[in-house]
Amino acid sequence: MIHSLFLINSSSDIFLEKHWKSVISRSVCDYFFEVQEKAGEAENVPPVIHAGHHYLINIYREKIFFVSVIQSEVPPLFVIEFLHHVAETFQDYFGECSESAIKDNVVIVYELLEEMLDNGFPLATESNILKELIKPPNILRSVVNSITGSCNVGETLPTGQLSTIPWRRAGVKYTNNEAYFDVVEEIDAILDKTGSVVFAEIQGVIDACVNLTGMPDLTLSFMNPRLLDDVSFHPCVRFKRWESERVLSFIPPDGNFRLLSYHVSAQNLVAIPIYVKQNISFFETGSSGRLDITVGPKQTMGKTVEAVFVTINMPKVVLSANLTATQGNYTYNPVTKTLVWDIGKLSQQKLPNLKGSLTLQCGAPKPEESPSLNIDLKIQQLAISGLKVNRLDMYGEKYKPFKGVKYVSKAGKFQGKGLLEVCSVHFHGQVIANTSAQISHCHHGAFH
Amino acid sequence: QSIFVAIFFIFLNEDLREMLESTKESLKLEAMKRIVGLIARGKNASELFPAVVKNVASKNIELKKLVYVYLVRYAEEQQDLALLSISTFQRALKDPNQLIRASALRVLSSIRVPIIVPIMMLAIKEAATDLSPYVRKTAAHAIQKLYSLDADQKEQLIEVIEKLLKDKSTLVAGSVVMAFEEVCPDRIDLIHKNYRKLCNLLVDVEEWGQVVIISMLTRYARTQFISPWKEDGIFDENSEQAFYESDEEKLGTPQSKPYIMDPDHRLLLRNTKPLLQSRNTAVVMSVAQLYWHLAPKQEVGVITKSLVRLLRSHREVQYIVLQNIATMSIQQKGIFEPFMKSFYVRSTDPTHIKTLKLEILTNLANEANISTILREFQTYVKSQDKAFAAATIQAIGRCATNITDVTDTCLNGLVLLLSNRDETVVAESVVVIKKLLQTQPTQHSEIIKHMAKLFDNITVPMARASILWLIGEYCERVPKIAPDVLRKMAKTFTVEEDIVKLQTVNLAAKLYLTNSKQTKLLTQYILNLGKYDQSYDIRDRTRFIRQLIVPNEKSGALSKYARRILLASKPAPMLESTFKDRDRFQLGTLSHTINSKATGYLELSDWPTAAPDSSVRNVEVMEPVKKEISWTFGAPLKSDDKFYSDSGEEEGAGEEGTGSSSEDSSSSSSSSSSNEESDSESEDKNSKHSEETDSSQSDKSSGHSDKKKADKKKRLQLKKKAKKAAPKERYQMHRPPTHHPLTQELWNLRTFTPKMAYTHTGKKKNRKQMVALFLCVQVSSPVFVPMSSHELLHRMTGKGLAAQYHFPRQPCIYGNKMVSVQLTLTNSSDHTLEDISIGEKTSSGQNIHRFSSIERLEPGASVTVSMGIDFNDSTQAANFQLCTKEDQFSVSIQPVVGELFLPVTMTEQDFRKEQGKLQGMNETSATITMAPENTSNQALSKKMVSVANMGVVPTGEDSLYRFAAKSVSSGDLVLVSVDLTDSSSGRLTINTEKTVIGSMLLRDLKTALAQP
Repeated sequence: MIHSLFLINSSSDIFLEKHWKSVISRSVCDYFFEVQEKAGEAENVPPVIHAGHHYLINIYREKIFFVSVIQSEVPPLFVIEFLHHVAETFQDYFGECSESAIKDNVVIVYELLEEMLDNGFPLATESNILKELIKPPNILRSVVNSITGSCNVGETLPTGQLSTIPWRRAGVKYTNNEAYFDVVEEIDAILDKTGSVVFAEIQGVIDACVNLTGMPDLTLSFMNPRLLDDVSFHPCVRFKRWESERVLSFIPPDGNFRLLSYHVSAQNLVAIPIYVKQNISFFETGSSGRLDITVGPKQTMGKTVEAVFVTINMPKVVLSANLTATQGNYTYNPVTKTLVWDIGKLSQQKLPNLKGSLTLQCGAPKPEESPSLNIDLKIQQLAISGLKVNRLDMYGEKYKPFKGVKYVSKAGKFQGKGLLEVCSVHFHGQVIANTSAQISHCHHGAFH
Repeated sequence: QSIFVAIFFIFLNEDLREMLESTKESLKLEAMKRIVGLIARGKNASELFPAVVKNVASKNIELKKLVYVYLVRYAEEQQDLALLSISTFQRALKDPNQLIRASALRVLSSIRVPIIVPIMMLAIKEAATDLSPYVRKTAAHAIQKLYSLDADQKEQLIEVIEKLLKDKSTLVAGSVVMAFEEVCPDRIDLIHKNYRKLCNLLVDVEEWGQVVIISMLTRYARTQFISPWKEDGIFDENSEQAFYESDEEKLGTPQSKPYIMDPDHRLLLRNTKPLLQSRNTAVVMSVAQLYWHLAPKQEVGVITKSLVRLLRSHREVQYIVLQNIATMSIQQKGIFEPFMKSFYVRSTDPTHIKTLKLEILTNLANEANISTILREFQTYVKSQDKAFAAATIQAIGRCATNITDVTDTCLNGLVLLLSNRDETVVAESVVVIKKLLQTQPTQHSEIIKHMAKLFDNITVPMARASILWLIGEYCERVPKIAPDVLRKMAKTFTVEEDIVKLQTVNLAAKLYLTNSKQTKLLTQYILNLGKYDQSYDIRDRTRFIRQLIVPNEKSGALSKYARRILLASKPAPMLESTFKDRDRFQLGTLSHTINSKATGYLELSDWPTAAPDSSVRNVEVMEPVKKEISWTFGAPLKSDDKFYSDSGEEEGAGEEGTGSSSEDSSSSSSSSSSNEESDSESEDKNSKHSEETDSSQSDKSSGHSDKKKADKKKRLQLKKKAKKAAPKERYQMHRPPTHHPLTQELWNLRTFTPKMAYTHTGKKKNRKQMVALFLCVQVSSPVFVPMSSHELLHRMTGKGLAAQYHFPRQPCIYGNKMVSVQLTLTNSSDHTLEDISIGEKTSSGQNIHRFSSIERLEPGASVTVSMGIDFNDSTQAANFQLCTKEDQFSVSIQPVVGELFLPVTMTEQDFRKEQGKLQGMNETSATITMAPENTSNQALSKKMVSVANMGVVPTGEDSLYRFAAKSVSSGDLVLVSVDLTDSSSGRLTINTEKTVIGSMLLRDLKTALAQP
């Protein structure tokens, strides 16, 4: 299926190549470079390129192009999904999936690629199986290895590879048995000029960190499972139980994994937690403009809105911005034409405001449209959809695990939402859920 | 400088060579790491081959792996040297460590050296029968490698594929199907027998394998089932005909039978549906395409939500998914319409994603939603991405032609765009307006005038050409403007683009015909310019036009028709989706994405008109017990052959079967010795067992048929078969395999049964050993399982739900006091039955283990479930309620006494001892007369075990037969002996503490033996 893989950096250097069948000359990448040049920006490179007798299927991640060479019919998503999986494995092993990390660990990268594909068909892709076969690098081990000559490669077949639950390795042992679940929700919304919602939806995930001895069989139930409109599971979740009882029943992988992603459709949406008043105008003469933005909290159910960022993609003619913010800092990047206003926490009393003038290029026509706003925010201990975890039960093992919700505040992954209305406000929030009211006092809450 | 680099490399290589030849492992490893670094960067390191290949047998596993990486990379270039390493791999193929065996096979098969093809072939064949599924998986991969190296091996490889397709391991399934797709995708016949197994295994196969299997099954289903779409067609026809042809139709016979979906077709759809929830986008897409190509139209809707979910994934995933949605949305816009907002374009989307979303939105447009879509489009037109804005204008044009209600609105909107500041937008609008005007030219001379005014400011050639064409085509509507435009064009003719020149000539010709008075000179001037143009196209066109319109002596008849030729009314262009013809490719494929046939693309065939024989997929369920019969009684039953053909080792199986049966039980000594052997083996089973199988196979090939060996072989096969048969049973009994712990338990239990079965065959064992091994009695697996089932619920009383029950005579897994009962539930109604379960109340007070509730049972489908009932050693009926969502039906199971037992094995000595303890009132006996058919040795035993679930106890006497069992609930022994006094009569004695049961059994046996 997958014949070869080339890793190409942003300056069009092929810095790694790997072939699973006979060697294909790297000149095949010329087709890719040609298309890349035509596409301009990296994101615009089409994922599938017809290159003579070959087909190039590529993904672009962390400023690296993963270009795979295909010789015959294969579902393109199969390859794309696999390439992303490779990138994630690198991330997992080296902490980052960058050119330098890959170059520094080229032997491990090669060993990994060797295990992940055999003759172009995936062989071992589960993280825990790979980690038993090839140990991730760490400084202490490499020192010890260089002295003792022992190696990073496992000598026996990982047990997971043979079992019906390949995601879990056998013989897991912990002194502290813990299971933590993070419910993370993101709201995607598009508001129009008047502030009414054009489009809104909630994307949620439950990420788990499970460190439990043996073969625990867990059951996680929700107070209101009907909320979840569309779900996709980690393979460990028993689909039948979900279908019939709406509980998540699973033998978890060891360590960190994404248990579930879900979608809550617009009609269940509680409320948009903030409002924005904005006025951006460009004058007909004098090549300048005005900007005035105020942000305030709306329905937040008593929680504080944090880490608020407002990002505006200005029209090309805007040269600079001279603004004053009553709260937080703003930066304007004249190259990318993005204005970022980092507000921080929103308080009820004093509404943050950003006001001032914009300088436009002389002689250039006034921009046709006002730019759109992207807003990024975070609310701790609240699932905006109202999803609540009811309880977690464990079967199959005797000990009593410490189970709970570990609150993790992650920086909001910024996904700019595009313009729809002449002047729309785009709202992008991340909300870390609170699974039970009582546990908000302590750092790690227990389930009741 | 390059010389320096070269010299540097020579030194470097020298360095590395020294390191590789040192005695220190760590130095060697370091050297190999550097070499791998070189390979990764695409540098040539082939010179080091001799030094590297020496380390192939290294003890250090990391070093060895890196050497493997090197070998695979350069073996092709250094074939002779590569051969040096082969023996190492051949040795490693026999290693006890499965990882080492597998990686040896991986490397051996990856070395692309034609000389070793026979060695590879041998290694693959061997690995295909390896005990480790991981090694078998590697073998499946190796098949493809060998095939690409030497296609002549195809036939042999197909044999291996055939064998591996029968593999029950989820690990192997994906890889072997991949090999099948690559080597022999046309051998659909190999799939038949494995179809149901693959469907059932699917959920547990790893994600990548799922994708491959689903796509293969899609192709398979299209050749084997009839179209589920037909019904709609017939229905539509009917309603139309009924409308026109009134009652006649109704009186006539119905033209065709209503469509009933093949249960196997349904099985595939049912078992793939849960995978729509997979986290792997490729799996979701492949299920989606399966539903698209195989499901009845009304069921396709289930895939939309999942596909839309994929749009939140990576950019590249979105691209592929959107492409597929674009194709689907042409045919069935309804299923995506509710999700229209998900296709709204975002400013951060890359251009190709934007264009695809636009395409989909256009496909989804209809009378109801067009205003929303157009409002959305208006904002897109203002986008900074001008290519996208242009595409939007095209899309607006398409909406305008498809939905006549909005044509005017769109046209007005486009005309407004003509005053846009951006030229590309204006140009695109002109082109689209041109197309729109063609559909309804009469009312729009104003627009044409407006465009003529704009003409001076437009520089984009395509737009200029479009305006010229419009003015020419409708010159009679703008009689004053047209000649003026031509005048302007005459001035700039020489500097225009070709396409504009052509249209100028065109315009001139048309004006000449309609308004020659004003334009004659202008036209001649332009034709003259054209005559000397650099482009031959234009010179050509000019010459043609001149002959056509200017009458002279040579032009003849044609010029008479010039007006009709040039001013004929032209049909309006169809504005169609670029995805219109994509549906010729299977969705989700590379060919679909690139819109041309990729190498190795496999066509999806059309549905067959008549359904091919569906029985080809039937798999005979041979339970281990059946083998028992053939063994115990020696008489080869018919099913014997099937059994072998089923399990796939046809070679020589027939002869063996007859061979051992002629031996009958007289060969006790030899068989018992082999018994001991294999029993001790089962302790440290893996390695030895594999050896055994190996040897037995080599026996086969050499045609060696020593009786003793044959016997042993057969036993081993039995054992193997039993193991193989077990998982199959699991899937038969429990519809979709779940991860439920219970199933796990069941699974464990099943794997044990064959062992027990085996024990039972050990009855001819030397007594001492028997006693030592089995303390007195041991429950064995049943000697005979009657296939007859009893009716529990008739479909009439059950409102469509029919139920039958059957005693599988297996130890019950739900409780050791329970009798296991298999229920077969069939839905013979015309609607789906939901939530079939056993009600909470049992009137008779037995302890019943209910089967887990069945959520859905489709019409025509049936399902087999297991339950356990503790009859408490009585034949009192168990009454309970069978519930569906709507109804409850009281049913009862009345066991015959013979089913309340479990067979036990014991020696003759033990039997006598136990019998001695159960004298007096514990003994019941009767004289029996037997039908002549029952007097033979085997017939009698068969009769006995069919009536009651008993084990056969070996005896030394000819006319004495003994059987032993224990009651399920209390575990009391039941001993039966038959002493034949003459050919047709004898004495039947039953010894048991359960006297009631004893006498009932006596009665049953007596009647049974009297009947022929």
